[in-house]
Amino acid sequence: MLKLFYGKIQALRGVSLDVYEGEIVTLIGANGAGKSTLMMTICGDPRASSGQIIYKGEDITHVPTHEIMRRDIAQSPEGRRIFPRMTVQENLLMGAAVTDQTHLEEDFARVFELFPRLKERREQRGGTLSGGEQQMLAIGRALMARPKLLLLDEPSLGLAPLVVKQIFDVIKELNEKEGLTVFLVEQNAYHALKLAHKGHVVVNGAITMSGTGKELLAKEEVRAAYLEGGAH
Amino acid sequence: MEYFLQQLINGITLGSIYGLIAIGYTMVYGIIGMINFAHGDIFMVGSFIALIVITALGITVASGAGVIIAALILVLICAMLISSAYGWTLERLAYRPLRGSFRLAPLITAIGVSIVLQNYIQIAQGARVKPLQPIITGGHTIMKRVDEAGEFVVQISNIQILIIVTTLVLMGIFSLIIAKTSLGRAQRACEQDRKMASLLGINVDRTISTTFVMGAALAAVAGLMFLLYYGVIDFFIGFVAGVKAFTAAVLGGIGSLPGAMLGGLVIGLIETFWSAYFSVEYKDVAAFAMLAIVLIFLPQGLLGKPEVEKV
Repeated sequence: MLKLFYGKIQALRGVSLDVYEGEIVTLIGANGAGKSTLMMTICGDPRASSGQIIYKGEDITHVPTHEIMRRDIAQSPEGRRIFPRMTVQENLLMGAAVTDQTHLEEDFARVFELFPRLKERREQRGGTLSGGEQQMLAIGRALMARPKLLLLDEPSLGLAPLVVKQIFDVIKELNEKEGLTVFLVEQNAYHALKLAHKGHVVVNGAITMSGTGKELLAKEEVRAAYLEGGAH
Repeated sequence: MEYFLQQLINGITLGSIYGLIAIGYTMVYGIIGMINFAHGDIFMVGSFIALIVITALGITVASGAGVIIAALILVLICAMLISSAYGWTLERLAYRPLRGSFRLAPLITAIGVSIVLQNYIQIAQGARVKPLQPIITGGHTIMKRVDEAGEFVVQISNIQILIIVTTLVLMGIFSLIIAKTSLGRAQRACEQDRKMASLLGINVDRTISTTFVMGAALAAVAGLMFLLYYGVIDFFIGFVAGVKAFTAAVLGGIGSLPGAMLGGLVIGLIETFWSAYFSVEYKDVAAFAMLAIVLIFLPQGLLGKPEVEKV
């Protein structure tokens, strides 16, 4: 049971979930529910106040962030966090910092195949890209690390529906073809649940509902709160 | 005209030394947003190490060109290594424990460290100025004019050539490291978004240490150059040179490497020309007035980046 406090505010109140190899697991919830906090806590920044994070049978709760990220975990974080004064190419190279850099060309080719737009913008600074392009870059950068587990934080945020579809197609393709394990945090519940094998609903830092993607999609509460504009 | 040229050469030499020190300020500021006020004292420590090694090796102007060059390279390496160790230790002991505390804490600590270093050298090496007999002598006449007022010669001395060339080479190397290597990329990544850098597997603490080490190494080079050029050092030279180099870094745009070089050059030239044409006493006033003017009209400095970031 993972718990986390920001000072006196409890952001996570006992979250427990499993992600198995080859799965796409999604966590849906409203703004401020603790989704991104959970995502960052997995990476050790901030540290969990109590509870354990087990990865491949190993307790990584207290491992430094940069070492966690060297264990085939990559994150495309909330807000994308593109390096604004680095070129697209350099941003991608930063993603490959954890690899031995022997297959850089291959990895570049893969990312450019998934996101041809990035190839066009190769020499452009990250800060000058549009939101959608930055999102592609953030995912591309995460893929450059050759992860086994990909953590995606709201890849659809602020993007045009067409781009959202494109990004979700890419996630699906990576999962099916390469067996990439994906942990996906989303507000865009419909796409995420359709894609995911398993889903969890988080409210105020605790999981209130779990099930397969299809099950959750069919649930009345989920539909009301997260799908049919129920939040407004 | 001849007088102007001569002062230009002198100014560029002085500017090179300031530029080398300024890089350390700007790099550290870039990566942790802190002005390392002890950096000038690392420069001073570097010059003392250089003096000690030169004295120990016993080189003099009579040693012959080959021996002098070999010895100076050795001196340079020693000074860079030991100063780097100082830089690394400072970061480790004084600044790292304060990371994440309020912004002023490391700044005040830096001033404290500066005082500690000055007093340490004062006690260890004495308070009197340390002279060094000139090792590199001679020079080249660029221009010569003889008229009824007498003879005027424009000269560039060998030591000035050495300083300018060394500075250019080192700045070239460091710019390449920052622009092209994975270490440089990691440094820039930490500068732009430390949290993201660690999410990409970058050891942020180690990258910061490396930055301190690089800055200290360059300051040591400046220390050796200062020693060879002026021939006297004392425990207090770090303060004045440090403040000037800091001014240079701000003038050029703090955080910007080419800015630090340019700022160093500008400060060196202003100081030299002011001394040459107006009064030596007010050269510092001129340099700092220039800083004030630039900051009023161009707050980000000459080459600083205005923040245009899309979030």
